[in-house]
Amino acid sequence: MNASAQHIPTELPNSVQPFRPTPPGNSGGKVVALPLELPAPRALPVIAKVGLREICLRYRTHTGDRLLALDRINLEVKAGEFLCVVGPSGCGKSTLLHLIAGLQPPTSGQILVDGNPVEGPGTDRIMIFQEHGLFPWLTVGQNVEFGMKMKGVGRAEREEKTRYYLRLVHLAKFEKSYIHQLSGGMRQRVAIARALATEPDVLLMDEPFGALDAQTRDLLHDELERIWSDTGCTIIFVTHNVREAVRLGDRVVLLTFRPGRVKTEFPVDLPRPRHLEDPAVARAAGQILVQLRDEINRSLEAEYAEGVKPRIEPGVEA
Amino acid sequence: MKTNQIMKRAARYVIFYAALFGLWTLLAELKIWPPYLFPTPWGVAEALYAGFKDHTYWIAMRVSMERVLIGYSISVVLGMILGLGVASNKFLEQTMGGLLVSLQSLPSICWWPLALLWFGLNQNAILFVVIMGSLLSVTLAMEDGRKQMPKIFGMAGRNLGAKGFKLFWYVLLPACLPFIVSGLKQGWAFAWRSLITAEMLYLSLGLGQVLMMGRDLNDMSAVVAVMILIIAIGYIIDGVVFKGMERHLQNKWGLAPAT
Repeated sequence: MNASAQHIPTELPNSVQPFRPTPPGNSGGKVVALPLELPAPRALPVIAKVGLREICLRYRTHTGDRLLALDRINLEVKAGEFLCVVGPSGCGKSTLLHLIAGLQPPTSGQILVDGNPVEGPGTDRIMIFQEHGLFPWLTVGQNVEFGMKMKGVGRAEREEKTRYYLRLVHLAKFEKSYIHQLSGGMRQRVAIARALATEPDVLLMDEPFGALDAQTRDLLHDELERIWSDTGCTIIFVTHNVREAVRLGDRVVLLTFRPGRVKTEFPVDLPRPRHLEDPAVARAAGQILVQLRDEINRSLEAEYAEGVKPRIEPGVEA
Repeated sequence: MKTNQIMKRAARYVIFYAALFGLWTLLAELKIWPPYLFPTPWGVAEALYAGFKDHTYWIAMRVSMERVLIGYSISVVLGMILGLGVASNKFLEQTMGGLLVSLQSLPSICWWPLALLWFGLNQNAILFVVIMGSLLSVTLAMEDGRKQMPKIFGMAGRNLGAKGFKLFWYVLLPACLPFIVSGLKQGWAFAWRSLITAEMLYLSLGLGQVLMMGRDLNDMSAVVAVMILIIAIGYIIDGVVFKGMERHLQNKWGLAPAT
């Protein structure tokens, strides 16, 4: 768990606060923050699945001011890891995903996937957006096979895989439906199927369940966890919901408010399957929330001081 | 209840057109103006019958439809490319954007003298006028549609591996379509008008020329008959092709039908 924190030169070691489930005998119910244990040196150098090196991003706002959105972000994500990124709105956490997806270049720094620099979009890294981004002019099935079609996969294989991934998200019956005929949760499941159908190594999820009701979200958490353990893909999951982050993640990274920096990393060592209402999840979330609240306050102060929040121009243009 | 509404609507149509027809007949029968100035409904019906019988109207309609289809198709393709270029390039937007809007105030028939010089007195001159008539509508619609289109579709498309022509054909174009369909419709209307105007200026076999032939022969019944044909074709294309397209898009996208 701590191996990843070790690669972060900008972070102080004591900012790493591992969560351990409370031992059954411990009646106090308090989270015991264990002292940092340095891992034994590994025999083989492990190349991170996704590596961010000194990532900086500057925007030009509509007033013409230059704004530092991301400041020297260093992160390493291991293959098969479920990493959650939390932070106040405006910390650039969604932008971080766009950078990894290659939809937008960083101002400086390097993004590595399997040790190779990212030079544009690639189907090894698929995004799932909050507003799902499904194509309303295509049926559910056509949406799912879209990535394969772009890759030039043959029709028979496409059809077979489309059916497979729709079954995986329990939507086999809706292959011929159009997107507007589905509920919000079903749409998000189609988006997941569409992403998985291109067989990506990394899933980039940008607050995918933010707009869903609580029951649907619980259900999708379970489904996502199952799909993640079945496929073994790496997931980088952005959310503003700390509890959701702890429920899902192997590790939670907290970003600061503008400019976005890695404030703290929290390894989550709770056993799976977890539930949103688990006391251990709530306690872990509580610890993160304390630090997040500082950042939210800073964001609110900035908002009030400026009168109007500076609108960040979306730099991504297709 | 549904059929009841349709019946009511049909009744309204029938009453309106019957009244219009009655008024026309009445004015013609009162003989306020001589028949060569104000044709009677029967005269027009006879002219239509005669025109279809000796194949003049069939040929004219075919020739005109062919021209408008070729010209309009070229404008749609060119307009989409231009519009997309203007929408995605700041320099083009700031320079050409204004030019396009100002050019739109120019009636396309103003290109006729130049077209004659450039292409000669032939079909190409007519096509040029038709293209100039509809190109700007399509271009501006495409530019606007590209800007109105939610950005997420472009991002999702690129993310899923679409780029270049594939991105345009499979993502940007279908994503823009609901926003440009009214522009395409307007472009069609301009193309049709430009065509008829250009045809009236030159021996061209098309509907425009048949209309002018009626004038030359002082046969106002024939003139009105051709006017009715021009209106009918425009209306049918609008009502069948574009309405159908709009309805199709609404069904797919789940947009409320615009009534």
